[in-house]
Amino acid sequence: MLYRVAGQFKTSYQADYALFPVRQDAWLLVFILLLAFVVFPMTANEFMFRAMLTPVLIYSLAALGLNILTGYAGQLSLGTGAFMGVGAYACYKLVTIFPEMNIVVAIFLSGFFSAAVGVAFGLPSLRIKGFYLAIATLAAQFFLVWLFQKWAWLYNYSASGAIQVPNIKLFGVTVAGAHATALTQYYFVLCVVCVVTFLAINLTRGRIGRIWKSVRDMDIAAELVGINLMKAKLTAFFVSSYIVGISGALFVFLWRGAAEAELFDIQLSFKVLFIAIIGGLGSIMGNFLGAILIVALPVLISFVPGLLGLPIGAAMVEHLNVMIIGMLIIGFLIVEPHGLARFWAMIREKLIIWPFPH
Amino acid sequence: MNAHVATKPLTSLDDGIAKGDMLLKVDNVSLSFGGVKAITDISLDIRKGEIRAIIGPNGAGKTSMLNVINGFYTPQQGVITFRGKQRRAMKPHHAVLQGIARTFQNVALFKGMTTLENIMAGRSVHMKRNMLWQMLWHGPALREEIEHREKVEEIIDFLEIEHIRRTPVGKLPYGLQKRVELGRALAMEPSLLLLDEPMAGMNLEEKEDMSRFIIDVNQQRGTTIALIEHDMGVVMDLSDRVVVLDYGKKIADGAPEEVKNDQAVIDAYLGVAH
Repeated sequence: MLYRVAGQFKTSYQADYALFPVRQDAWLLVFILLLAFVVFPMTANEFMFRAMLTPVLIYSLAALGLNILTGYAGQLSLGTGAFMGVGAYACYKLVTIFPEMNIVVAIFLSGFFSAAVGVAFGLPSLRIKGFYLAIATLAAQFFLVWLFQKWAWLYNYSASGAIQVPNIKLFGVTVAGAHATALTQYYFVLCVVCVVTFLAINLTRGRIGRIWKSVRDMDIAAELVGINLMKAKLTAFFVSSYIVGISGALFVFLWRGAAEAELFDIQLSFKVLFIAIIGGLGSIMGNFLGAILIVALPVLISFVPGLLGLPIGAAMVEHLNVMIIGMLIIGFLIVEPHGLARFWAMIREKLIIWPFPH
Repeated sequence: MNAHVATKPLTSLDDGIAKGDMLLKVDNVSLSFGGVKAITDISLDIRKGEIRAIIGPNGAGKTSMLNVINGFYTPQQGVITFRGKQRRAMKPHHAVLQGIARTFQNVALFKGMTTLENIMAGRSVHMKRNMLWQMLWHGPALREEIEHREKVEEIIDFLEIEHIRRTPVGKLPYGLQKRVELGRALAMEPSLLLLDEPMAGMNLEEKEDMSRFIIDVNQQRGTTIALIEHDMGVVMDLSDRVVVLDYGKKIADGAPEEVKNDQAVIDAYLGVAH
């Protein structure tokens, strides 16, 4: 009933190519955007922004970048964390070398550095596939983190070896650094994520998206319909690493405030990969669902014992959390191995024909 | 949706070659894998506008021949002349740009994509808008998408697969998958279409449909077709000229009736006492 599509006829291809061919999907998006832009800022406190809302957005963006490479173009990568690091360090160097540079420009420029590094480490994909490629990207992961530690120029020779985000103003409002409020940072991240997601949706539904999916599904056949495999794979590495780089810059500048090389180690790569897999490979929305499950749910669960008045120690809460999230992940993957996005697609399909399933 | 009238009818790539003239010429091609000789010194030609059949027992080198023609294998010896240009080594995607499309013996579709997306993927070579336009979507990229969508819908109408437009091809039955694969090859608007056993594993009705599509493609669009097929009835009815291979060598070449009565061909198919 809620999702009835009967009566929504399309009379032109233009209408068929609308972002939401089904009207209810558009309403749903408007509702979610209302939540994100109006309801959360009015109700959430500083802790909610710092611990849940902002990180969910940043991790979603990183997973979106990885998903383009792994879910759409079929090239497995384990170097996401390091590519995020490249974006973060590039942004740091840009704002310290050119202090008057606009922060938005700096963030979007820093993506190009990680894109270049991504393409360089994507070159092995022209010859190797699958797990072997994953191992090749693992080399990127370890090499880059080592570089972040050893190349003192990257962190401006600071004694701690860490990068410290300076206070940066955008149109008179402090958006990064210790003086920035969580609300401004949240809005900043939200806007970047919305824009990049919109562009990524367009990219994946057109010619380039089809080329990537062809390479993923059967690379030999893709070559024989006239697709240049080298170009297709390297474009995927470029776009993916670009988005991952931006997310890395946001990660440090708009959330953590400071970072050292170890922050970008393989743990981070795995976390982003899990978000993409659990959310659903080959889906844009899946990244957001996956990030909510992996990033936000633990925070929510840690409140439960306190709310119920159970006398459990902080360490115990932490352990329980890991166990519950682990079980949830296993449960979700058994019920729907293609991720949360497919889960939603099935629910939606059922809703469309409800209450007359035949 | 079908109310839309397409601007231009689909045609075969205009290659400036008159009907009946030489489109492709293979001269003394040999191909071997290590010690195994797949093709030994074969010459053959394909004329513009004809249906050319390549037949022979299993392992005769028919598929290897197609792979040589579309650049998937590079022969150790010999020259291939396509549309007046000589070449020996080339990448398959260059062959596509020159106007050679093909289908496979075992269906090679993009399983995770819908019928529509598969055929649209066949149009990739004809689509030009770069990544920046693609990201914006509205404007030139969308116009280009719609323009090509119209051509693809024409192919979908032609192959009578409207009902499976939005079905992921992995879920389709075999006969329909073969049809979608033909559609994807047609979307490339090739001047030479290579069909590797287009009717393998089909029932009589599906074979009749497929034969009808092949004749229509050849006659309405003027596409030159080279096909490999084991069903002799189909081969003899469809093709203008037939070449017969056996153990990597050419044993006969000519009109279907000549080939049918050729002693070497009969021996190759039935076997002879030595």
